[in-house]
Amino acid sequence: MSDFTSNFWPVFITAISLLGIFGCALLLWRTSKIKVATSSDGTNGHVWDEDLREMNNPLPRWWVGMFIFTIIFALFYLAAYPGLGSYAGKLGWSQNGQYDKEVADANKALEPLYAKYTAMTTEELAKNLDAKAIGERLFMNNCAQCHGSDAKGSRGFPNLTDNDWIHGGSPEKIKETIIGGRIGMMPPMAAAVGNAEDVKNVANYVLSLSGSMHDSGRAGAGKDKFTTCAACHGADGKGNQAVGAPNLTDNIWLHGAGEAAIIKRVNEGKINQMPAQQARLTPEQIHVVASYVWGLSNK
Amino acid sequence: MQDLNVKSTTYNDGVIRQFSIMAVVWGVVGMLVGVIIAAQLVWPELNLGLPWTSFGRLRPLHTNAVIFAFGGCTLFATSYYVVQRTCQTRLFMPKLATFTFWAWQLVILSAAVSLPLGFTQGKEYAELEWPIDLLIAVTWVCYAIVFFGTVGTRKVKHIYVANWFFGAFIITVALLHIVNSAAIPAGFMKSYSAYAGVQDAMVQWWYGHNAVGFFLTAGFLGIMYYFVPKQAGRPVYSYSLSIVHFWALIFTYMWAGPHHLHYTALPDWTQSLGMVFSLVLLAPSWGGMINGIMTMSGAWHKLRTDPILRFMIVSLSFYGMSTFEGPMMAIKTVNSLSHYTDWTVGHVHSGALGWVGLVSMGAIYFMIPRLFGQKQMHSIKAIELHFWLATIGIVLYISALWISGVMEGLMWRAINADGTLTYTFVESVKAKTPYYIIRLLGGLLYLSGMSIMLWNVIKTATNGKAAIASIPPVAAHA
Repeated sequence: MSDFTSNFWPVFITAISLLGIFGCALLLWRTSKIKVATSSDGTNGHVWDEDLREMNNPLPRWWVGMFIFTIIFALFYLAAYPGLGSYAGKLGWSQNGQYDKEVADANKALEPLYAKYTAMTTEELAKNLDAKAIGERLFMNNCAQCHGSDAKGSRGFPNLTDNDWIHGGSPEKIKETIIGGRIGMMPPMAAAVGNAEDVKNVANYVLSLSGSMHDSGRAGAGKDKFTTCAACHGADGKGNQAVGAPNLTDNIWLHGAGEAAIIKRVNEGKINQMPAQQARLTPEQIHVVASYVWGLSNK
Repeated sequence: MQDLNVKSTTYNDGVIRQFSIMAVVWGVVGMLVGVIIAAQLVWPELNLGLPWTSFGRLRPLHTNAVIFAFGGCTLFATSYYVVQRTCQTRLFMPKLATFTFWAWQLVILSAAVSLPLGFTQGKEYAELEWPIDLLIAVTWVCYAIVFFGTVGTRKVKHIYVANWFFGAFIITVALLHIVNSAAIPAGFMKSYSAYAGVQDAMVQWWYGHNAVGFFLTAGFLGIMYYFVPKQAGRPVYSYSLSIVHFWALIFTYMWAGPHHLHYTALPDWTQSLGMVFSLVLLAPSWGGMINGIMTMSGAWHKLRTDPILRFMIVSLSFYGMSTFEGPMMAIKTVNSLSHYTDWTVGHVHSGALGWVGLVSMGAIYFMIPRLFGQKQMHSIKAIELHFWLATIGIVLYISALWISGVMEGLMWRAINADGTLTYTFVESVKAKTPYYIIRLLGGLLYLSGMSIMLWNVIKTATNGKAAIASIPPVAAHA
C-alpha cells in the first residue's frame, strides 16, 4: 500500500494495535483479581480529607461482559476490514471500492431510464415533459449552486435564460461546456490601451456600443483605442464565442455594469471558471441536462 | 513567624475563589454567545451584516468561551480545591497558582478580542493564533508544576483517584496543545500549520477528540470523583473499577480521533482503527458513570432534598448517554448518516450541557459556601429552579437536534428514480427551522439557569467573606 513510506510502519501499527486491544483485556483480567484488604466498615481503609473513603465492590458482571464483547468485536472487525497496517482484511473492502461499486450499480439501474432519451434530439427533449423534469432536477443538484435555482445567474455566474452565450448556445456547445468546463480569461489591458485617461475613454466607448449611459466626448476619443480590444471582442464589439469573448453590445454585463466596473476589468483583467462536470454525470445525464439548459432560452 | 505557622496549617483558597467566580461569569458569557448564534441560525439577519458579529466568528468565540473559559476555570478551581484537600497540604508554589489565574484570564480576553476580529488558525477548538498558543503553553506548564508539586508534597500516602484523572488531564492537554498548535508564524497573529493535507486533519482530530476525552471527560471525572462522594456522604463504589476504567479510558481515547474523518482522504486502515477503539471505549467510559451513580447507593433518598446532588447524578446520566451515543456514531454505517448533520451538534451538547455543565455547577455550588464561610448557598430555591431550567433546556436542545439531524441526514441521501437528489441543500436548511427554534428555546432556558446561578453565587459571596480553611490532621490508615 502506498500509504506507508517503509515496511516498518505496517508492522509497527499492527503490533501496537493488537497489543493495545489485548492490553485492555489483560488489564481487565488482572484488575478483577485484585484483592484489597477491607476494613470493618467495608472500605479499603484509605481515608482522605476526613471522610473520603473507597469501597471495593467487584466489577459489575454485565459491564465486564460488555467490555469483553467490544474487545472481541474489535478483533473480528480488524480481521474482516483493513486496519492492521497494510493487511487488507478478509472482506476485501475499501472505501474507494465501495464508492465505485455504488456508482456503477446506480448507473446500471439508471441505464434503461436514460436509454430512451439518448435516442432523442435536444429539440425533442426540450419539449418532452418527463425529460424536462429530470433535466430540471439534474440542474438543481449540479448547476443551481452557481447559476441559481431560476438559472438566471448572478454577478460572475452567467444567466442561462437570456440566449446570450459566451461560448456558444448550440446543443453541442452547451454539452462541451458541461463536459469540460470553461475558463474565461481576459488579460489586464490597461498598459496596452494607454494611460488612465485612455482607459476611461475606451470604457465610455464600450458603454456607447450598447447604448448605455456614457460621455460621448470620451467615447469618441476612446474609439481608436478599442482596436486593442477588438482582437478578441471583434471590431464591432459583438464578441467571439470561439475564444469566449463576450458580446459588449447587448447591455448584458457578467462582471458588473457601468464605467467603474468596465475600467476595473480593463485594468485588472478577469479569470472566471466553470468546473468540468464530466466525472459527476453520465453522458446520458449530460445529454438530458444540456437539452434542459438549451430549452431555457429556446422556447 | 506565627503568621507562617498559621499559613502552613491552612489551605490556599484565594486562587480557587477567583477561578470559581470567573467560571460562573464566563459561563454566562459563553452561553449567551451560544444563544445569539442559535438565534442567528433561525434569523440570519441577526448577524447585523457585520463581519465581527457573523456566525463564522462568533461560533468559535462560543466554543472557546464555554470550553476553555467556563470549563477551564472550573477545572482550575476544582483541581486546586481537590488536590489540596485530598493531599491534605497547601498548594505547591501558591504565587505560581495565582499567575495561572491571571494568565488564563489573559488567554480568555485575547480570545474574546481576536476571534471576532477574524484571527484564527482554522482548527476547530484550536482556533487561537500562535502568540496566544504560546501563552496557553506557558500557563499550562505552570499549572502542571503547581498540581504535581502539590501531589508530590502530599501528607497522605495514597493518591486519591480524582487526582489520577486531573493529572492525566493536565499532562495530556499539554501534549495535545503543543503538538496540534505547532505552526510556522507568518507575522503577528498569522501562522501556517506544521502539517499538511490529511496529516494535518489527522493531527487536528487526534487533538480535537482528545480535547473532549481529556479536557471535558478526564478532568470532569476528577471533579466527579471528589464532589459526588462528598456531597452524598458515601464512599466511592469500587476501587478496582476506578483502576481499570482509568487506565483503559486514557489509553483508548488516544486512538479514537479518526472517527471524525470517516469516508475522507484518511487511509482506510486509520479509519478502522479509530472506529474499533471508539467501540472499545464504551465500557471504560461507563466505568466512571457506574462508579459515580453506585456511590449513591444507600443515599438515594438525599436526591429528594438535595438539588446539588441532583445536578451531579443527572450529569452522570447524561455522561452515560453521550458516551454510549459517541461509540455508536463512530460506527461507519451510522456515521455516514450522522456526519456533518445537527446530530453531531446535539451529541456534543448532551455531553457539554448535560455532563460537563451540570457536574461543574454541582461542584461550584458545593465549593462557594465553603469558600466564603457560609453554611449553604444564599438561596436553595434558586438552585432548585436552576436545576429544572437546565434539565428541561438540555432535553429540548438535544431532542430538537436529534430530529433535525436525522431528518437532514435522510434528506441529503434521498434519491429519485432518475438518480438525482430528492432535496436540494437549501430545502434541508428550510426544513430545520422549527427545530432550530426549539433548540434556541432550550439554550435560553439553560442560559437563564446559569444567570440565576450567577446571582446566587454573588449573593453568597457578598454575604460572606473569604474563609480560611485549616488542614485537618491526617487520618490513621486502618
